[in-house]
Amino acid sequence: MSTTTLTETRGAGQSGDKIFSGATLAAGCLILAVLFSVAVFLLVQALPVASADPAEITGGAGFTTYIFPIVIGTIVAAAIALLIATPLGIGVALFISHYAPRRFAQGFGYVIDLLAAIPSVVYGAWGYAVLAPELAKGYAWLAENLGWIPIFEGPASQTGRTMLTAGIVLAVMVLPIITSLSREIFLQTPNLHEEAALAMGATRWEMIRMAVLPFARPGIISAAMLGLGRALGETMAVALVLSGGALSASLIASGNQTIAAEIALNFPEAFGLRLSELIAAGLVLFVITLAVNMVARWIITRHKEFSGAN
Amino acid sequence: MSKRIDVKDLNVYYSKFLAVEGVNIEIKPRSVTAFIGPSGCGKSTFLRTLNRMHEVIPGARVEGEVLLDGDNLYDQNVDPVTVRSQIGMVFQRPNPFPTMSIRDNVLAGVKLNNKRISKSDADNLVEKSLSGANLWNEVKDRLDRPGSGLSGGQQQRLCIARAIAVSPEVILMDEPCSALDPISTLAIEDLINELKNDYTVVIVTHNMQQAARVSDKTAFFNIAGTGKPGKLIEYGETATIFSKPSVKATEDYVSGRFG
Repeated sequence: MSTTTLTETRGAGQSGDKIFSGATLAAGCLILAVLFSVAVFLLVQALPVASADPAEITGGAGFTTYIFPIVIGTIVAAAIALLIATPLGIGVALFISHYAPRRFAQGFGYVIDLLAAIPSVVYGAWGYAVLAPELAKGYAWLAENLGWIPIFEGPASQTGRTMLTAGIVLAVMVLPIITSLSREIFLQTPNLHEEAALAMGATRWEMIRMAVLPFARPGIISAAMLGLGRALGETMAVALVLSGGALSASLIASGNQTIAAEIALNFPEAFGLRLSELIAAGLVLFVITLAVNMVARWIITRHKEFSGAN
Repeated sequence: MSKRIDVKDLNVYYSKFLAVEGVNIEIKPRSVTAFIGPSGCGKSTFLRTLNRMHEVIPGARVEGEVLLDGDNLYDQNVDPVTVRSQIGMVFQRPNPFPTMSIRDNVLAGVKLNNKRISKSDADNLVEKSLSGANLWNEVKDRLDRPGSGLSGGQQQRLCIARAIAVSPEVILMDEPCSALDPISTLAIEDLINELKNDYTVVIVTHNMQQAARVSDKTAFFNIAGTGKPGKLIEYGETATIFSKPSVKATEDYVSGRFG
């Protein structure tokens, strides 16, 4: 008698549960399937490059020689962007979350978020038409006075369309990503820990260093990685701003190229082996992004015990 | 290392709302004073005015004076940061820094005041503070482990160790045992009894037995109704407050007739 109440089930509730778990499973599988098919597409299309005669590859010295300079260019552009945008983004986010008057902070946050909505071609046009000519004056000064440092070696570009300009434009583009994510994390710092720091006689900045930044560390890394992902893959802005060329250590002379811009600029006219080359370049970019994300994961999990999540 | 507190005609406001009205109280050094009263009567708010922690909430302000050995905490040229470094606080829920090891948690306050401390001095201070909080034997083999891995009672004692590491003049405790089990509560109460040899301790508690067990003097706070300010109703020797209080409301509260 009494066991029947236990074996009875609520029909509607159970099927709802099944549908929901099925839907989430499908969504998860779909993402993996898309990622997998992109990887397969890149591999299959890039295959001819592996078997091609090195002399037939652009540059005439094999694929490695072709891809190496633009890999370096990609990493340098993204690194400049992150070096500028990460500290700036953290600063802006802290200002919004902990320093600005509340009413002002909200509006300010919206404006920053708006930056993320501007199309990259607009950033590219702005970098090309406004920023580059302005920076060109500074570059001339740098080449003259700090030219002994390899990255500022002359002759400085007259147009300002250099690696450093591209990096700065990318920094402006990734700034809203880093700022928004960091701000959300900073706001989630437990009040308890902020008060613990303040009650010990910490100033506002000491409280932030003691309670807010350590708590937000994994979030800041994730934000920077998302920003890096955008900077690595950004095509249009770099293609417009950078006057590309051979690999060069100087960031203020014309030259250098990134993978994404190289693909975009050459894709329309490419066919046959050249097309395979560009797709292979895309594969390399894919692998770089993957590697960067794995390193970020590793950094985050290394400090798991001290994350406060336990 | 322990100072007296004199509060004169203190009103506490949150913007325009008067939260606590007209408190006058004298707290002797090296004693334990308990604040009791129903929820919302302003005892926690008042406690936080004793180290200016209420100012963390926007719009909070006070009228009146809080004197620490005669020096007004609310004098114009007094920095709240200095006040808080001399008057330690332990919170309702244990709040060790989760991103720091046990050792770093103890040293957190010291490093704020005095950036350079030699390793041997630091080791001694960590041992002294943790012993002072009756925690040393339990954690001495895992000082570099995260503080958040400890039990609730151990975390709260770690917070007390962190507070006493800076040798404060006064220690404020805001319901320090309300999130703890009876065994951990007993450990904290024993500790409070030892702390009063060196410090002025002020404790807010919801637990009247606890007030009776640990305190020398007890202050009873009450409100006339919601939206009305909290007031200090009666303040005296703990034994007197619990046996023959002079105010009817106090008697009703301590005998369990309300609250």
